[in-house]
Amino acid sequence: MIRVENLTKYYGTRLAVDNISFRVEKGEIVGFLGPNAAGKTTTMRIITGFLAPTRGNVWVAGHNISSQSLDARRHIGYLPEAVPLYTDMTVRSYLDFLARIRGLDNDKIKTRIDEVVDTCHLEEYIDVIVGKLSKGFRQRVGVAQAIIHEPDVLILDEPTIGIDPIQVSMTRQLIKELGKEHTILLSTHILPEVSVICERVIIIHEGKIVAEDSIKNLSSMISGTKRIRLEVEGPSKKIAERLRKISGITKVSYQDSQYTVECSAGQDPRAKIMEAIVQSGWSLLSMESVEMSLEDIFLRLTSEEESEQ
Amino acid sequence: MAIAAKEFKSYLFSPMAYIVTTFFLAVTGLFFAISPSTYNETSISGFLSTWWALLLLASVLTMRLLAEERKLGTIELLLTAPVRDSEVILGKFLGSLGILTVMLALTLYYPLLLWVFGDPDGGPIGTSYLGLFLLGCTALAVGIFASSLTSNQIVAAVVSGGILFALWFLGTAAQFVPEALGNVIGFFSLSQYFPDFIRGIIDTRSIVYYLSVTALFLFLAIRTLDNSRWS
Repeated sequence: MIRVENLTKYYGTRLAVDNISFRVEKGEIVGFLGPNAAGKTTTMRIITGFLAPTRGNVWVAGHNISSQSLDARRHIGYLPEAVPLYTDMTVRSYLDFLARIRGLDNDKIKTRIDEVVDTCHLEEYIDVIVGKLSKGFRQRVGVAQAIIHEPDVLILDEPTIGIDPIQVSMTRQLIKELGKEHTILLSTHILPEVSVICERVIIIHEGKIVAEDSIKNLSSMISGTKRIRLEVEGPSKKIAERLRKISGITKVSYQDSQYTVECSAGQDPRAKIMEAIVQSGWSLLSMESVEMSLEDIFLRLTSEEESEQ
Repeated sequence: MAIAAKEFKSYLFSPMAYIVTTFFLAVTGLFFAISPSTYNETSISGFLSTWWALLLLASVLTMRLLAEERKLGTIELLLTAPVRDSEVILGKFLGSLGILTVMLALTLYYPLLLWVFGDPDGGPIGTSYLGLFLLGCTALAVGIFASSLTSNQIVAAVVSGGILFALWFLGTAAQFVPEALGNVIGFFSLSQYFPDFIRGIIDTRSIVYYLSVTALFLFLAIRTLDNSRWS
């Protein structure tokens, strides 16, 4: 549905997006993850046709965004980072205007407005001036305008930024709901959000893609090294030394009676650990295997990138 | 033209348009009322001497058209919707032209009063309105161009006012330079062609001049909009 090839964007001499390529297939919800100023918004603006690329190509629903721009744009629903609202219009007239400029047929407009208002739970606010709505509701109006013309592709730039936690979870629910009928590319710098909503994640850092995979694969790929957390009673130094001798364990760190053990890929030395500790006469209070969180993956990827440079 | 309709409606719902209209009618009405003592004839010359009010009015009406879109971020919606940049600009132009036409229509009671109390010459009045309309088109196009340059409405108004008055006074400036050069400069002046309309003359050159300046500035506005993609 979305195909990005060798996309590069310079702002003057500053490189914002550096030769990235990726695809989003029909029906996918893909998270576009990266720290602030990584190039997420720039990439999305190019996909939607708001900015022109310096080099490279983008296809949306088979249409090139540069040479067949209008055709491509017809298939896109876009929610920019700062929700763009005409603050002096009512929700109804705002949606009506956007439906019209997106080329929706006259006779369909009314029913579509009712439908999106229903989807986004805005029934009570339909005749309220947009400028008087709270941030969370503005966000929902923003989502409503993005889906009013039933686009195949939704581009959502930081859709949950700046709204309260309850509304964040409502918005996430809404996005998951929309994902059943739309192909969605959403950007965020909030990690848990990606694992909640998305099936696949593209991690971008300083204008480059540093990882791209399903969330599950990404965890196991990077983790490779598994982590085990222990709580042991006994002399810390001796325990750490003993743990290091166990085969398959690559790294041991500790603080008080808490130990974190990293082991090489495919190894599960938990039984050996238990044996060693019990034989030495210490007591094992707890032991758990820890999945590397998206946060760990993210930090590792972006810091590796930095150390290469 | 959804954009034109939206702009026209948003004028009707904003206090700005009413304030501007009131100001416009007050100034033009005043000049019209005192005109018999100045011009000593049954005409709308007094009203027409307020051309500068029309230029101000156009600057104020157009200043928000694109500057506000930039400020609110709604420019992203317009530029990513399946409409051409030229449609955006033309929509804005037609919307503002609609409201300007309404304002000019509101001044029609000046000539009506003349017919009630006297016997004015209808020809020049008709051509004067044509002239005002064309001058208005030009001023709106300049205003839209100025508004496309910035996200600050005040800056937009000042720039468009600056361009309009500079174009107007080119005619005056032309008198102070050698004649050949003066003639050339005069051709580009907004004020060069307006008096013909007041005298009841419809010169094709005048119409072509106003329409081409209008087209030029609308074209520049479209280019400015497209250019923002390449920043």
